[in-house]
Amino acid sequence: MSGLTLSGIRKEFGTFVAVEKIDLQIPNGSFVCLLGPSGCGKTTLLRMIAGLEQPTNGEILIDGSDITGIPTHKRNLGMVFQSLALFPHLTVAENISYALRIRGASKKDQTARVDELLEMIHLSGYGDRKVSQLSGGQRQRVAIARALALSPKLFLLDEPLSALDAKLRESMQVELRQLQQKLGITTIVVTHDQREAMTMADIVVVMGEGRIRQAAPPVEIYRKPADKFVADFIGATNLLPITRDSGGVAQLNGAKLEGITLDENEGTLSVRPEDIHLLSVGEGTVEGTVAFIRDLGATVETFVDVDGHQVMASCSPRERRPLQVGDKVGVSFDKGASVVLTS
Amino acid sequence: MNRIGTYLFLGAVALFLLLPLVVVLGVSVNEKQSLTFPPEGFSLAWYGQIFTDAEWRSALFNSLTLASGSAVLSISIALPLSWFLWRWYAPWANIFRLLGIAPFILPPVITALGFLTFWATSGFYGEPWTAIVSHGIFFVTLPLVTTTLGFTSIDKSVVEASSTLGANEFVIFKTVVFPLILPYVISGFAFTFVLSLNEYIVAYMSVGFTMETLPIKIFNALRYGYTPTMAAVSFLFVAVAALIFAVVARFGDLPKLLGNHSGGDVK
Amino acid sequence: MNQPAPNSVKDYGPLLYPALMLLVFFAIPFGIMIAVSFFQRDPAGFYTVDFVFSNYERFLSAFFGKVLSFSVGLAVLVSLICTVISFPFTYLLTRLKRRTQVFWLVGILSVLSLSEVIIGFSWSSLFSRTAGLTNLLVSLGILDSPTSLYPSFGAVLTAMVYQALPYTILVLYPSLARFDTSYLEAAKTMGASPIRAFMNVMVPVQRNTLIATLIMVFVFALGSYLLPQILGRPQHWTLSVLITDQAIYQSNMPFAAAMAVFLVLISLALIGLTLLIGKEEKVVS
Repeated sequence: MSGLTLSGIRKEFGTFVAVEKIDLQIPNGSFVCLLGPSGCGKTTLLRMIAGLEQPTNGEILIDGSDITGIPTHKRNLGMVFQSLALFPHLTVAENISYALRIRGASKKDQTARVDELLEMIHLSGYGDRKVSQLSGGQRQRVAIARALALSPKLFLLDEPLSALDAKLRESMQVELRQLQQKLGITTIVVTHDQREAMTMADIVVVMGEGRIRQAAPPVEIYRKPADKFVADFIGATNLLPITRDSGGVAQLNGAKLEGITLDENEGTLSVRPEDIHLLSVGEGTVEGTVAFIRDLGATVETFVDVDGHQVMASCSPRERRPLQVGDKVGVSFDKGASVVLTS
Repeated sequence: MNRIGTYLFLGAVALFLLLPLVVVLGVSVNEKQSLTFPPEGFSLAWYGQIFTDAEWRSALFNSLTLASGSAVLSISIALPLSWFLWRWYAPWANIFRLLGIAPFILPPVITALGFLTFWATSGFYGEPWTAIVSHGIFFVTLPLVTTTLGFTSIDKSVVEASSTLGANEFVIFKTVVFPLILPYVISGFAFTFVLSLNEYIVAYMSVGFTMETLPIKIFNALRYGYTPTMAAVSFLFVAVAALIFAVVARFGDLPKLLGNHSGGDVK
Repeated sequence: MNQPAPNSVKDYGPLLYPALMLLVFFAIPFGIMIAVSFFQRDPAGFYTVDFVFSNYERFLSAFFGKVLSFSVGLAVLVSLICTVISFPFTYLLTRLKRRTQVFWLVGILSVLSLSEVIIGFSWSSLFSRTAGLTNLLVSLGILDSPTSLYPSFGAVLTAMVYQALPYTILVLYPSLARFDTSYLEAAKTMGASPIRAFMNVMVPVQRNTLIATLIMVFVFALGSYLLPQILGRPQHWTLSVLITDQAIYQSNMPFAAAMAVFLVLISLALIGLTLLIGKEEKVVS
């Protein structure tokens, strides 16, 4: 079995269970994001993959061989820490060549590799600078180069972009993705920023309370969230309680939602704001009253009261209907885009 | 605080601190062999006597040996201890931190007495090396405090980063931890060296009857026979200490070593 | 950042040497001293092994009780004066330009290297009739004729404050360097004068530091041995002087040990009391 395999991973800190039971298969060369709110166990999971924490139960395998018991320094991986952890007493070049130097590589080999990496991160000529002389973005890149110096099999990053300002973050996300594609290295990034995950990852692993809620490509996570947690965490959504009628069709407060079926007696309907359309009264599935309108320039968000539930519909300014607070409207849901969730 | 008030206050304290130094300097250049102040005549002979008089010379030698020996011993105990407490989570081990701080916060006479009884009981009383051990243990607190302070300024994740880059514990210490803690080790050494040179009672109770260190000799000189040499010695010590600390300041960040991490000027 | 627990026995390695050294050369001597305090004095040698309370009983006499209370009182006074001087001094020091700070720090560190003997000797000169400060006052017309200011309580006090001052400054330095001036600026915008701001804002915020400093100087002053002898009369002699006297010159180690143990207990009790008061006030306010 090739790739990284996590089998039955569990981590307890005393009585606190940080990670409940993780089973995950990551193919070689893929870019994976561990996404979730703080405290969901994603960093703990990453640290276990790195060997900085030992799992209470379970195994970690790389290409079939069990590395669970192998100490960090023998695991041949590259890691970028949230604080970057660059060595303050060494220059940029000395930081990058650290892994080579402690393995006894010759000065010539060290210099060659450092030059290669400096070029890759667009910092050629910066080798002799002290870390303290670099900007945040530059330090980022040095940390990346240092981690990749020995071309490791696994590239791990713990919230690498959290310290950067918004604009720099966005450009770094793209750069990171491009770098990974070029090198073809298996990469795992921990982040709490869903936009980041959606931008960079092949597979997004949504975690909550120590468990994996869903592991799938970004588009699937968005379109077909597996449960309420994922639906709510990724993007904005409307969660509506629905019940089952005699024919198995879902209904919201008595109104029949044609085309949407329900297996259980109760459930939740997840509809993205862009999949809700506001029509004239009498049209659509249910009726509601406009409560609040928010014009954000690129989109217009309209909050509508539907029998005690508030839904938010968003559209572009062009599609906007002339509405005011208090107006009655008809509300329809895109059947194909709505998702029925059980929990 | 207005500026004039500040300068006056700082100046007053500075004057207070300098007064004894003025006296010492004055006495040390006195021409006659008496401790008169202000000095009568001027002579630098007493500075020379430190090195020409056999007794003063041996006292100087004893003090320097004691100071360097105990400083090395103190560091050798303090560094592994503070490193261990920083690197690993082991709350019970803090008892050793307490043991390391205790000798210094207790009144020196107690530590001195403890050593006296210990050396007397063990039968080694009077051997010169017992002074080095006594001082080494007594002054452990100093490098312990400086290195503990130093470790708090090191980002722990550099240890983990080092590990991911393939370094085992030993390599991590050699290539990352030690270079970063070195300034604090040196300042701990400097403190211990300087304080040991001038320490009286612990040294006295350990080896006072067999070996004369400079402070012991000075105290005896004060009691039994006056020579300005002792003032010359003291002034020399202050000058040497000033030199040592100035060198430390030149090559390192002295405010940072003493705990001021603010970097630039504090507003 | 998690602090990992040691993984293997090997990881405990570095702790072994320091632990051993401290146990053998500190814990044991200290323990022996406590044991000796219960022994019987042997005029011929050091002591004979026994278990008596006579040393402690002798200690609780009126004479030694007086010495104890004098020692404690003196230490408290030194502690208060020293802290009151160093606190504003160190604060002002930390607000200076960094380069100026270095200059002052080197100076203060150098003063540290003056031994207790020399400090005693210098102040005895400064307080003497023939060569001291009073001569200066006479030439300024403030005094009629020079007098000797020592041996006296004031002389001992001055010298002990002098000795403790550099340590106090260095202990306060880190905490005061960290203090954010915007607290004081906020107080000023609300109408407080500089002194008022200092008393109402600075002191409470630094409360723990102050308590720690007071305790440190107290313990330091309690151990003063030479200065009371050089600058004071026998009634000014502290417990430390008596302990040494008994141990060396009277060859009465058990008694000296008993006094030393008592001194430690008193110190610990006073420290504990101070910490307790500090904590209680926190809860109430």
